[in-house]
Amino acid sequence: MNKPDRLTVSRRGVLIAGAASAAAGSLHTHTMAATETPSNTHHNAVPTASVTLEVNGKPHTLQLDTRTTLLDALREHLHLTGTKKGCDHGQCGACTVLVDGQRINSCLTLAVMHPGAKVTTIEGLGTPRKLHPLQAAFVKHDGYQCGYCTPGQICSAVGMLDEVRRGIPSHVSADLNTRPLLSPDELRERMSGNLCRCGAYSNIAEAITEVAGGLSA
Amino acid sequence: MKPFTYERARTPAEAAAAAARNPNAKFIAGGTNLLDLMKLQIEAPAHLVDVNALALDRIEATPEGGLRIGALVRNTALAADERVRRDYGVLSRALLAGASPQLRNKATTAGNLLQRTRCPYFYDTAQPCNKRQPGSGCSAIGGITRQHAVLGASPACIATHPSDMAVAMRVLDAMVETVKPDGAKRIIPIADFHRLPGNTPHIETALEPGELITSVTLPKPLGGAHIYRKVRDRASYAFALVSVAAVVQRDGSGRVALGGVAHKPWRDDSADAALPQGAKAVAARLLAGAQPTHDNAFKLPLVERTLAAVLAQARS
Repeated sequence: MNKPDRLTVSRRGVLIAGAASAAAGSLHTHTMAATETPSNTHHNAVPTASVTLEVNGKPHTLQLDTRTTLLDALREHLHLTGTKKGCDHGQCGACTVLVDGQRINSCLTLAVMHPGAKVTTIEGLGTPRKLHPLQAAFVKHDGYQCGYCTPGQICSAVGMLDEVRRGIPSHVSADLNTRPLLSPDELRERMSGNLCRCGAYSNIAEAITEVAGGLSA
Repeated sequence: MKPFTYERARTPAEAAAAAARNPNAKFIAGGTNLLDLMKLQIEAPAHLVDVNALALDRIEATPEGGLRIGALVRNTALAADERVRRDYGVLSRALLAGASPQLRNKATTAGNLLQRTRCPYFYDTAQPCNKRQPGSGCSAIGGITRQHAVLGASPACIATHPSDMAVAMRVLDAMVETVKPDGAKRIIPIADFHRLPGNTPHIETALEPGELITSVTLPKPLGGAHIYRKVRDRASYAFALVSVAAVVQRDGSGRVALGGVAHKPWRDDSADAALPQGAKAVAARLLAGAQPTHDNAFKLPLVERTLAAVLAQARS
């Protein structure tokens, strides 16, 4: 956001730059702000720190305002906009990514807290030509309407299936000391950190169940 | 979020000293509660001391036959630990009843103890709140109080402590181990760790400025049936209206603690002693002196019914 590296002015870019100029108290018009590099004086006033993250297999070293969440680092600095900002308070799960294999809310952690971490976003799971099995299953089962929660749902499901494989119990597991299987109740409980305001839950559950294969009850 | 400087501490003593050097510093571990509050400027530390590199992420057996849980052990890892599942089921169950899987993967043992109330008036910075702004008043009193405390509240604050884990820790008589900025260590019984609001609801724990939790220890296993029952407005991912943590032996004796009803996990020796007499007797002792509001008077019968369900489950 503070270093636009594309000269094309998208609607989104204009909106973002507009927000930045408003924050800086600038009187520039949105279009002017979008094509200029924001003044450094504003940004130097706040503490920054350097962090190197491995995102989808590629190392990136970023100098960030310490306040930058992992979510904002991914979206605004690495331009990986597949990961979505929903509530920005850990309540909706739209920002779910995998960090060192574990699903977390990227909105509730600072990028500088993750030196050397391996981050996997929706862009790192599959490609349009070669979808991840969960991506393919979401398409097949129509596991969305607007699609905004979908990257978070899919990253969360990847982490969730791994948690089941590792034998991590859930609130609805009848016995804490036997390996859990992915019953419909287990699936719903384990995916409760991802909201879908379109209410595509039944199709999301079908998509995940298909991929879960042998883990299903 | 207000700007802050950031450092990564390498040892617990270094972290405590760094926090003491910076009067407006906070430790950050999982960050799932602190960053939420920083975004709302309810918390505005000028300096963050990241404690994630402190190697406090192990669960070890103690010489007394219990467990020492490192402060940085994530909620998922603690709930899934084989020893915890086998010997301290009430703790696994309480952890799994809290938050979402994503949050549990990040949230730590110490951070869970230190999480702050979800009172909506604490979160609404346009409203007075003695916890957020000491002396400004309590907007919850006379407001919408379905979630609020029925026990131990004060004219200054009727907020509840939101943790499920802490309720299980209370029933297990856990001990909180800390290090102070001068390097001195101390052990705080969980019963004394959280404070009632009194006139200083912004002071929530027994920790002193710069004091860092290093671990939480559990005494040797109690045996018995371990149960955590949480009643909430949704089936998952919601805070407790009422919760019951219980360890019940075959002879009907045992111990019980309540969540969702006070500024700290609620336990009473006389209620433990009344367990063989049944839910009504236990509830009467736990709820002695309760002062519900119009909105949350339902919590009193709900406590008794939840206790009855827990005791029935223990017998089955």
